[in-house]
Amino acid sequence: MLLADLIRIKEQELAGRKPFVLRVCMAAGCVSSNAEAVLAALDRAVKDAGLESQIEVRPVGCLRLCCEGPLVAADPDGKLYKKVSPEDAVSVVKALQGEPAPVRTGDLREPFFEKQFSIVLGNSGLIDPERIESYIAADGYIALRNVLRDMSPADVISAITKSGLRGRGGAGYPTGLKWSTVAKTKSTRKFVVCNGDEGDPGAFMDRSVLESDPHRVIEGMIIAGYAVGAQQGFIYVRAEYPLAIKRLQTAIKQARQFGLLGSNVLESPFSFNIDIRIGAGAFVCGEETALMASIEGLRGNPRPRPPFPAESGLFGEPTLINNVETFANVPPIILQGPEWYASIGTEKSKGTKVFALAGKITRTGLIEVPMGIKLREIVEEIGGGAPEGAKIKAVQTGGPSGGCIPASELDTPVDYESLTKLGSIMGSGGMIVMDDTTNMVDVARFFMDFCVDESCGKCIPCRAGTVQMHRLLTKILNRQATESDLKTLAELCELVRSTSLCGLGQTAPNPVLSTLRFFRSEYIELLQPTKPSPECASTAEKKGAPADNKQVDGR
Amino acid sequence: MAAKTLTIDGQLVSAEEGQTVLDAARDAGIHIPTLCHLNGIQDIGACRLCLVEITGSPKLLPACVTKVQEGMEVQTSSDRLRRYRRMILELLLAERNHVCSVCVSNGHCELQTLAAEHGIDHVRFEYLSPRLEVDLSHRLFGMDHNRCILCTRCVRACWHVEGAGTKNVAGRGIQSRIISDLNQPWGQSETCTACGKCVAACPTGALFNRGATVAEMQRDRTRLEYIVTAREKSQWIV
Amino acid sequence: MESKTGVRQETSGSKVRESASEDKRFKILETQMKRYQYRQDSLIEVLHKAQDLFGYLDDEVLTFVAQRLKLPPSRVYSVATFYHLFTLKPQGQHTCVVCMGTACYVKGADKVLAALEHDLGIKAGETTSDGKVSLVTARCIGACGLAPAVVYDGKVAARQSSDDALGVTRQWREHATGGSHTH
Repeated sequence: MLLADLIRIKEQELAGRKPFVLRVCMAAGCVSSNAEAVLAALDRAVKDAGLESQIEVRPVGCLRLCCEGPLVAADPDGKLYKKVSPEDAVSVVKALQGEPAPVRTGDLREPFFEKQFSIVLGNSGLIDPERIESYIAADGYIALRNVLRDMSPADVISAITKSGLRGRGGAGYPTGLKWSTVAKTKSTRKFVVCNGDEGDPGAFMDRSVLESDPHRVIEGMIIAGYAVGAQQGFIYVRAEYPLAIKRLQTAIKQARQFGLLGSNVLESPFSFNIDIRIGAGAFVCGEETALMASIEGLRGNPRPRPPFPAESGLFGEPTLINNVETFANVPPIILQGPEWYASIGTEKSKGTKVFALAGKITRTGLIEVPMGIKLREIVEEIGGGAPEGAKIKAVQTGGPSGGCIPASELDTPVDYESLTKLGSIMGSGGMIVMDDTTNMVDVARFFMDFCVDESCGKCIPCRAGTVQMHRLLTKILNRQATESDLKTLAELCELVRSTSLCGLGQTAPNPVLSTLRFFRSEYIELLQPTKPSPECASTAEKKGAPADNKQVDGR
Repeated sequence: MAAKTLTIDGQLVSAEEGQTVLDAARDAGIHIPTLCHLNGIQDIGACRLCLVEITGSPKLLPACVTKVQEGMEVQTSSDRLRRYRRMILELLLAERNHVCSVCVSNGHCELQTLAAEHGIDHVRFEYLSPRLEVDLSHRLFGMDHNRCILCTRCVRACWHVEGAGTKNVAGRGIQSRIISDLNQPWGQSETCTACGKCVAACPTGALFNRGATVAEMQRDRTRLEYIVTAREKSQWIV
Repeated sequence: MESKTGVRQETSGSKVRESASEDKRFKILETQMKRYQYRQDSLIEVLHKAQDLFGYLDDEVLTFVAQRLKLPPSRVYSVATFYHLFTLKPQGQHTCVVCMGTACYVKGADKVLAALEHDLGIKAGETTSDGKVSLVTARCIGACGLAPAVVYDGKVAARQSSDDALGVTRQWREHATGGSHTH
């Protein structure tokens, strides 16, 4: 396939467009609310009305306002139909002809949409994720073709470096630097790995991108493969995301048929393949060394770094690992130029960030915002604030590795450094809003419970330390703890953070530390009044050599 | 091979390129506590006791897998490191049932020695006191999960020195257990060669010779190193 | 290796092969492994397929996989027990997955789970004694916009209350067989 073919496909696709389009959200959220039946009913209604030449019913990816699903967007009039049922289909079709529609109707110009800025989600909700032609019509694979024809691998890396793109998996490592390290490491075999093991409870950005625009991620990976000199890619996706897996499989198959994957990509000397690897339920596999172990068919145990994957990664070879959103940023950077990308966001955090907005808030769903936007704008304007007069108390970012930011700090700009300063992290993009009915100690315990369950057990501080922290938090919640327990909890937080082997353990104390910092009074209120000498009482029981006062159970 | 000069605890030390900080320190007579390390088997950096401070590194690094570098400045026993080590040992003591007075390894136990070295007279954490079993199905050896600290020295000895692949870790997190084959009684294992390397590798009383009673279980921990050196370098250092 | 352990492997090997010839599912699994060229790094993919076919992974299936991929049984068992989606015990006729992701949790998923545990008389991760219902928790199914979400036999249901959930599971237990379209 050559450029001419890409353009021919694009023109054919555009020429086939009909004056009216009904875009039906087929992302997992809406599918759970019966979107498939809505799609079928709309198809039938169009057929029954004899309007097939006028109206296209297009299954698309995420339309973002998940709380109102199933969603249907109408072009060109810009209406957004909410909570659509199959019975509404006929009136939705009639509404396109100007009749009033007795359906819950919104507008794509609502603040929820107006405040957003789309790069990663640029195609999401517009194209049919199961048809490669639909992606090509939206300038898909043109960036790849430009790269292969006009740019050297060094040019590509320089463009990514100039754009200021940082890893969207959470830590924010400069993407260009990572690519350049892998490119410089000499080896005949290298790998590109896409981390789609989005395990943070409360996060579904990567799932939406994979479901809505899978070709974008594939294109980003092929470009990365060309830049670093790799011929094989792996996408590691959670098994909990069956729809994303299915669409990726379809997309990879189509890309192979079109000569975009395989030998001689777009008739260039460059060859690249992608295989999918499906996770099996282990949060720790989001950590890069654990993820690579899992691709190799092993337990997802992390290993110490160095050596970093860029030198010795998958099967001991130099490996580039980026997450889904990072790869999805690559084609637009190539197409529109690194200067354009670098002009968005703040000095140190460029571009946009996709968040999954959820919790005690009026509008929940998927959002993409420019870096540097204030948390308040996200929560109050996009999310519409707390429902029914409740009061927002905190915003949790970064999942079990992140922290709770109190309402008083809502004017903090969203960038890597500011969130870290508040003891949270950018994370992969989960954003959970909590209101004044939420008990923050309980939230800390919820995350600790998660870490206990997800610890791989390899290193002691994480394996046993998280269990002890969980016990102390439970003790506090049961109003049985004293001041000295709180001290032990703080000591454990420091230990686990400083001595754990991998990121899971090192960040496991964050939810406790951040709630201790901003909501300390909630902990204090739950403590037992200090007894005359609690210290002596508690140590007396445990006095002596650790084992002396214990018995082996009978055997 | 190029020599590297570094400073460990203020002492100038020369080491071979490719050597670990742990080896360099031990050659220089500087003691760094370890549990998952055993000469002759592959290191995994899991127990975190050998963490050291290295000037210029924001993170603590495990001495057993960190390679020496020219001009490196290493601190092996700051107050902070000693405090962390003590807490890690306390976490281990609270995790399972370490009852020294009735243990086959009493007096010859690495965990016990380290606890004494760090002046542990009480444990600040709640004892988890799990109910765990003792596998006495093997004709030569026994496995007491109550004493296991999951250092995986037995697993690595079984895989990398003996090559049998009998031992492994099942489950994860606090639920992790050392198993034989498909988690069947050790005596029924079809892959075990009864070589005893796992028993030689064990730092505590978790793996023992059958018939050993309290404090009787002594092992020759240099045995694995002897085998590996013989195999890799054709040197039989008796 | 050959001489010493060969005899013992032969005995257990023939046991697996015998039943494998009776059960078509082993043939399908074998085909899948062949597609992966019996590569040892395909272990997790193979276990996924095996669980699809058999519903759970018993010793016979694990031994079969170990032999074909030329891995020691301990490796296969170790990997199968590391990942939470693999199960070594038979599952109930129906499966109810309560999402315990953060968004679901702050919207009351813990109460839904407690109600189910109480009503079914089992804890999460267990199956009712009549073999009808397995109760499972998930660490976020990514349906946060629909919190709290519960998955009934693979179908996601949005904004579930305790009563909604009990309604479904009670119906399952009343009907001996019940289709997958329950909600």
